[in-house]
Amino acid sequence: MNNLIVMPMALPVLMGIILLFLRPYVKVQRSLSLLVFVANIGISVYLLHLIQQNGVIRLDFGGWEPPFGILFVADSFSMLLVLASSIVAAACLIYSFSSVEPSFEKNFYYSFVLLLIAGVNGSFLTGDIFNLFVCFEIMLLSSYVLITFGGKKGQLRESIKYVIVNVVSSWIFLVAIAYLYGTVGTLNMAHIADRIAESGQTPTLTVISVVFLTVFALKAGLFLYFWLPGSYSVPVTPVAAMFGALLTKVGIYAMFRVFTLMFYHEQQITHTIIGILAGLTLIGGSIGAVAYKDLRMVAAYNVVIAVGFILVGLAVATPAAIEGSIYYLIHDIIIKALLFLLAGTMIAVTGQTKMDEISGLIKNHPLLGWLFFLTTLSLAGIPPLSGFIGKVLIGEGAVGSGSYVLLALAFISSIFVLYSLMRIFLTSFWGETIISKDEEIPAKKGWIVSTCILALGTIALGLGAEPMSVYIQDAAETLLNPQIYIDAVFGDN
Amino acid sequence: MKINNVILRTVAKLVFFIILTLAVYLFFAGHNSPGGGFSGGLVLASALVLLFIVFDIETIQKGIPIDFKLVAAFGAFLSVGTGFGALVFGENFLTQAFDYFNLPFFGEIELTTVTIFEAGVALVVVGVVVTILLSISEDE
Amino acid sequence: METLVTILAGVLVTVATYLLLSKNLIRVIIGTAILTHAAHLIIMVVSGLKTGSVPIVGEGDPVDPLPQALILTSIVIGFAVTAVSLVLAYRTYQEVGTDKLDELRGDPDE
Repeated sequence: MNNLIVMPMALPVLMGIILLFLRPYVKVQRSLSLLVFVANIGISVYLLHLIQQNGVIRLDFGGWEPPFGILFVADSFSMLLVLASSIVAAACLIYSFSSVEPSFEKNFYYSFVLLLIAGVNGSFLTGDIFNLFVCFEIMLLSSYVLITFGGKKGQLRESIKYVIVNVVSSWIFLVAIAYLYGTVGTLNMAHIADRIAESGQTPTLTVISVVFLTVFALKAGLFLYFWLPGSYSVPVTPVAAMFGALLTKVGIYAMFRVFTLMFYHEQQITHTIIGILAGLTLIGGSIGAVAYKDLRMVAAYNVVIAVGFILVGLAVATPAAIEGSIYYLIHDIIIKALLFLLAGTMIAVTGQTKMDEISGLIKNHPLLGWLFFLTTLSLAGIPPLSGFIGKVLIGEGAVGSGSYVLLALAFISSIFVLYSLMRIFLTSFWGETIISKDEEIPAKKGWIVSTCILALGTIALGLGAEPMSVYIQDAAETLLNPQIYIDAVFGDN
Repeated sequence: MKINNVILRTVAKLVFFIILTLAVYLFFAGHNSPGGGFSGGLVLASALVLLFIVFDIETIQKGIPIDFKLVAAFGAFLSVGTGFGALVFGENFLTQAFDYFNLPFFGEIELTTVTIFEAGVALVVVGVVVTILLSISEDE
Repeated sequence: METLVTILAGVLVTVATYLLLSKNLIRVIIGTAILTHAAHLIIMVVSGLKTGSVPIVGEGDPVDPLPQALILTSIVIGFAVTAVSLVLAYRTYQEVGTDKLDELRGDPDE
């Protein structure tokens, strides 16, 4: 029992509710919500350290022992993601201070951001599959509200699509949970894993696992990403950054958890399907990334490519590939937030959304230009930035298991990522400066600070790969040996 | 918009209290049998919605000068607060406590912290339902 | 009894699919609400329909309390989602002046 585990979810919920009372005091709202995220960063670092010493920790809500009660389980994988999401949330929050309109701030903007992060962290930590559904819904409900902040026509149109797609996918999730409960008679993830391991993964269970795959593929944008570019390109910049960085990653996390803990017995069926879908996602995402000129659309398709890339690691499922996926997942959370923030800043300072209408930006905004270049390099996987190690490990895993098609697709997609972003860099930052300094909206301090935090994050993650690898190896080991997780849940508290 | 509907008004005044009683009954019945904060709150909210429909919104807001958004917020705070309350006593998050007390008039009665949680849920439901109604009808 | 409720769930899914595919926004939202209720019926069926006593405190053969908890939670979530989407539809109607989905299409250059 360690009540700290619940804090990454409970603190934002509590603060989100308290902020409802502080509606007129915008300054207080800002500092309190930032305080929560900074506290969460501290808590997750401490818990990571604790897990390293004592192994996986769990917390039974209300003292109900598993498998009867709901519980939170913190292993290195969840805690690393909670840490990354807290850092990204803090950076996006700092960006919000100087970019969102005062009317948003008075209309509970910060409360919804806090609830969104609560849902994300809850999904990472929960040890109960129905609770996972509930946390997904908390996250999605807040995102339904956040996507419409601004109330423009395009936003409303895209948010209707987004809401309907997610309601239908939540329905499939609910049906999948019902089938699973009917088959194994429990909802505790460790208990399900235990029972499946005991009885063997029957064909019925494999079918159910594919239903789960459909749900998470919809949420993560694995092949079923048709809704993603539209809805991620309409919200205000900090919200788009949080969506791009976190929401799809929750789907990916759920897929990793379900297919490494519960349904790992029929890999030639489930993991093959994941592999095929990941390959198709890489192809589709790459085509999209080079097809559009709208900066936000390019960024959104880059999210799609990353989803495919990370899931190549899950499809291959060798130790190196899983480790690489975890590494790349954390890298991608940070770098996608940075990419969306930079794209949003470019649009904010010039007032244009298409790359060929922006030119010569580097003259007036040198820092912005070089940050964008850094992002490009990091996404392409140039050492010593953070994308490198993840790509190498996933590649190593793919070679080790002989999945050369996936390997080729993954690395060709990296070239497309590099091309799509270099194109923006060359057309928008170089060339003749068409907007004079007086006509431009100056970049605000908060924008620079938040993007610099994330840029430092990607450099630190790249250079600090050695000290980080202890935690990542532990996370990969827990994923590959479900027994560690099951023992932690059913062992003495 | 004022509709002078005598029958509806007379009935609503009477039925309002019947619905309130049912809401309170459902709320307390929820401890061991069907009912509880959510359904009790919904019935309570339906009583308020009836008032808003029968009489016009301005009159009711004059009579009940409460910001229902804050009602919902307070309810949510109460519910989450009971979860945090367990931390103060060094228990697991969301642990509930109960005990039997001998109260005058009621006799022996079971008092639990779940009731506070459920009261929070009921307040959230009332606040949210009325807020939805008001926000859709306000800007005409 | 199980067969009957399963057929009912199937009918609800059919109705919901029909509504989801219509062009009217309000119909789509009602469709999502009905869809959720079909899922609730499925949860009820898969865990077995039977008459039993109250779990934990009751005597005799108890019913499984978990599906009820799941359904209640899901109803609350469905309530919230429907409320949000209705307000969203209303705002869209105010902003765009239509609730027909095909008239909501964006400009080609957007």
